[in-house]
Amino acid sequence: MTWHTAEKTVDAGRGTAVAATAAGHRRLRPRRRLRPAYRLPALLMLAPAVIALLAVGIYPTLFALNMSVHSVQLTKPYLGTPFVGLDNYATVLHDSLFWGALGRTAVFFLVTVPVELVAGVALALLLDGTRWRRLAAVVRILVVLPLAVTPTVVGLVGRLLFNRDFGVVNWLLGLVGLGPVSWLGEPTPAMMSIALTDIWQWTPFFTVVALGGLTMVPKEATEAVRLESSSRWAMLRHAQLPYLLPGVAAVLIIRTIDVVKLFDMVFTLTRGGPGVSTELISLYVQRIGFRVFDMGVASAQAVILLVLSILIAQLYVRFVYREVEA
Amino acid sequence: MTLADAAQRVTRAERRTPARSARRRRLSGGALLELVALLAVAVALLAPVVWMVITSFKTTNDTFAVPPKVFFTPTLEHYQAIIRDGTVPRALLNSVIVAVASTLLAIGLGVPAAYALARFDFRGKRDLWFWFISNRFLLPIAVALPFYLLGRNLGMLDTHLALVLVYLTFNVPLVVWLCVDQFRGITRDIEEAAYVDGLGVYAAFRRIALPLAAPGIVVAAILCFIFSWNEFLFALVLTRDSAKTAPVEAANFMTGFGVRWGPMMATGTLIVLPIIIFAGVLSKRLVKGLTMGAGK
Repeated sequence: MTWHTAEKTVDAGRGTAVAATAAGHRRLRPRRRLRPAYRLPALLMLAPAVIALLAVGIYPTLFALNMSVHSVQLTKPYLGTPFVGLDNYATVLHDSLFWGALGRTAVFFLVTVPVELVAGVALALLLDGTRWRRLAAVVRILVVLPLAVTPTVVGLVGRLLFNRDFGVVNWLLGLVGLGPVSWLGEPTPAMMSIALTDIWQWTPFFTVVALGGLTMVPKEATEAVRLESSSRWAMLRHAQLPYLLPGVAAVLIIRTIDVVKLFDMVFTLTRGGPGVSTELISLYVQRIGFRVFDMGVASAQAVILLVLSILIAQLYVRFVYREVEA
Repeated sequence: MTLADAAQRVTRAERRTPARSARRRRLSGGALLELVALLAVAVALLAPVVWMVITSFKTTNDTFAVPPKVFFTPTLEHYQAIIRDGTVPRALLNSVIVAVASTLLAIGLGVPAAYALARFDFRGKRDLWFWFISNRFLLPIAVALPFYLLGRNLGMLDTHLALVLVYLTFNVPLVVWLCVDQFRGITRDIEEAAYVDGLGVYAAFRRIALPLAAPGIVVAAILCFIFSWNEFLFALVLTRDSAKTAPVEAANFMTGFGVRWGPMMATGTLIVLPIIIFAGVLSKRLVKGLTMGAGK
């Protein structure tokens, strides 16, 4: 089984959320030259969307770029907005709090995403291979639930569940003789509580995409492996993995960028506290921008993050998809 | 593979079969484990949401009870309180206005663009498509800062319009991505025939392609609605009072002394309810919307 066959089948199947970007690109390759009569309609149909996105997406980004080289102190308007070159960037790069927030974001990523990946794929394999078909069908429907629930509300519910005095989590721990843990009152437990909440909400993402991949494994492949070996590992390695990988890789990219973006759930669950112990990078930038009102520095931070997230996306696309395509 | 090889494989397989079924019978331990695991997963997925709904119907005393009360006399007092107070219903209304308006606008802008990308071939199309999709990678916080300043200068802070526009940054890419796919799935033949019959490009788009693509467009619209409804960061920084959306209002319950758990959970329930219904309807397609771009 090669990557190539997997990708081709997936492409032909037009399935959900699998196959590489490269495949998507290939499908869009022009088949015929645009007849002159269609030029104006094509332009008129595309222009509004392009203009709108330029206005609401690119323009603010350029605006941020511009702000990042000026001093913009909203609370001191009399200072004006003098050009300061790369000073704001220097400030950010020398700011231990910025690096701290970035470091916490990295820790948070390392704690959550690998767990979500392994647990998510394992759950997909369980749902796909179990003989409790009915129950599996019910779980397949339930598994979408966390993905849709408003993250802000998830954070608020987390506050209730992780409450030290009457929260369900501490009560359950008490049943096995542990705790009570001051989940939201101490740094490490607070980090664990946002991580657990994130794992609850996003493990299903891997599950559903992996399930999509598993449905595309051809019968012949599984039968062939079954003839050779009866181990589940062999089945996973030789028949299922080629179909799982593209989708899982895609989710990995999205999750990485989403962790950099993560704001709402943490904001309502811990508000970055206690102290700054759960202040992930987006919360930190928001605090500098909207509570300290130093827009110049905040913009520089945002631009650095933007570059970072583009780099992450590029790296992933290069390394993961190149392998898939080869 | 030679015939002999194949024959050998078949016999090997046959030889294994009895042993296998025996293992299957003995494996009831494994099956039991699977059952327990599946039930545990089901409970874990449901529990937080169910607990929120339960808590919204508990009196304040029952909320603080240790061990947590599963059986209690339900009360509607929290729902009555938030309706009497009026801010939560208003925030919900704001959420509806913003989500519906942004969805309609994104559909209006995105569907024709998707059609052009799916049907017409021109230079740079791939790049344009990718550019649309790459807007998904924009950092909200990087957009929120300048939007705040722009909104302040234009007097657009705390208006529905500001949110409707800023939500286009994620809604338009979503619509374009899903609908390009949808239009590609429809054969060109009908439209080609329509051209021969003298129908113009716009008429062919409106009268033929649009109705055929309707199911995909509806899915895209529901997804736009969900993402707009759930959005928090932009709403937090761009609204103060009159355009405040429901998630921001829900988050307000944590400020001040003594968290009002009942009203907070009631608000959460009201926010999540429509989303759960939509998600139930969409199920798999929801994930398609989440993986957008990188997934295909």
